[in-house]
Amino acid sequence: MIEFSFWDILRNLLLAARWTVLLSLVSFIGGGMVGAALLFLRIGGQRWARLLSRGYIQLFQGTPLLMQLFLAFFGLGLFGIDVPAWLAACVALILWTAAFLAEIWRGCVESIAKGQWEVSASLGMGYLQQMRYVILPQALKVAVPPTVGFSVQVVKGTALTSIIGFVELSKAGSIVTNATFQPFTVYGLVALIYFALCWPLSKSSQLLERKLNVAHRNH
Amino acid sequence: MSLIAITEVKKRFGDNEVLKGISIDVAPGEVVAIIGKSGSGKSTLLRCINGLETIDEGSIVVAGAQFLPDEVHLKALRLKVGMIFQQFNLFPHLTAGGNVMLSQMVVKKTPKRDAEAVARKMLDRVGLAHKFDALPDELSGGQQQRVAIARALAMQPIALLCDEITSALDPELVAEVLAVVKELAAEGMTLVMVTHEMRFARDVCSRVVFMHQGRVHEIGAPEDVFANPRTPELRQFLGVQ
Repeated sequence: MIEFSFWDILRNLLLAARWTVLLSLVSFIGGGMVGAALLFLRIGGQRWARLLSRGYIQLFQGTPLLMQLFLAFFGLGLFGIDVPAWLAACVALILWTAAFLAEIWRGCVESIAKGQWEVSASLGMGYLQQMRYVILPQALKVAVPPTVGFSVQVVKGTALTSIIGFVELSKAGSIVTNATFQPFTVYGLVALIYFALCWPLSKSSQLLERKLNVAHRNH
Repeated sequence: MSLIAITEVKKRFGDNEVLKGISIDVAPGEVVAIIGKSGSGKSTLLRCINGLETIDEGSIVVAGAQFLPDEVHLKALRLKVGMIFQQFNLFPHLTAGGNVMLSQMVVKKTPKRDAEAVARKMLDRVGLAHKFDALPDELSGGQQQRVAIARALAMQPIALLCDEITSALDPELVAEVLAVVKELAAEGMTLVMVTHEMRFARDVCSRVVFMHQGRVHEIGAPEDVFANPRTPELRQFLGVQ
């Protein structure tokens, strides 16, 4: 039987952790873009757009991420399209992230006083101008802490993609366990790596909150 | 010809009819005070003139332009009529100067340098030239309201609507804001103001409108309205027997 050193285990896990980081980044950036589009539909003037966006958000918030992954992975397979695990993982995570970010940001936009909309309208600004120059600059400040906070959920959410066979940190953990028969060491390390990724994010969310002094501005 | 022609305007919120057929004509250079109890519809009327509320019946014509609730007409209307609010509503993320510059640059596409020149001039007009770089947080309520007036003036409106602009201010700060408004009136600006400052209405306004339950109950020169209130409602409102 081959002996695996502690370093062998750690190295393999760290290599796999790159995929967790990459998948998190892709989900977060892609989800941010889709989320922004959803946000504009959600609070914009068109009724059908509001309903569509609300339906989307409720659907993705109301079903487990795991089911969404399964559907992305196996669903398209039904139509004869062969979906690689990485693609299904990216798509499902982006769509899932978008739903949550859109809802977080909607709260931020709605927290801006109604008077700001009224006064910018009374100065002759159109909807997009109001958003661009008055509402979003204020809402973004409010949005930073919860958005960074939510990124922690995204990092942890990537662990589920191991179920459809995408080899990221969690999947690597089970593969290495099967080879080394040292589950406690391996999963302990896996947990520590997740913690090393997430803790700085949570911490920075707290720091940002204090720095931007979100709760006590302008009131 | 009247600058603002309000004809038989009706406005409902659900079953509640807030404006029950209002007709007022405002001539250029006139200063009109709208007084009345809260709930009498005076703020709603002002918001209708600026297109912040749609009207259900009647018409509002400002300098020949009909009020229609689509973006193009609304924008044209709002370029003619500026509005100042009770809660100042300064943009908290911009300096005083930035507040006055923003809409000029965004709406009128004025180049930054020109917008800044106008902003300095307007802030000077309200006595706040030295606060150009101050954030709204750093200003007193009275100063904030004066910046709001400068911001509205920078769009060069032909009329200004003032919605209880001194009601959120400490008593000692009311005077500085009213002094600015008085100066505007003296310069010939057309003003329609909802106000609780009866003495100011008496001294500065050319006409006073008393609204009661969604109707114009009494209208006339301030000396008549205040000295000889004809209806018991106005007498009660003014506290005279």
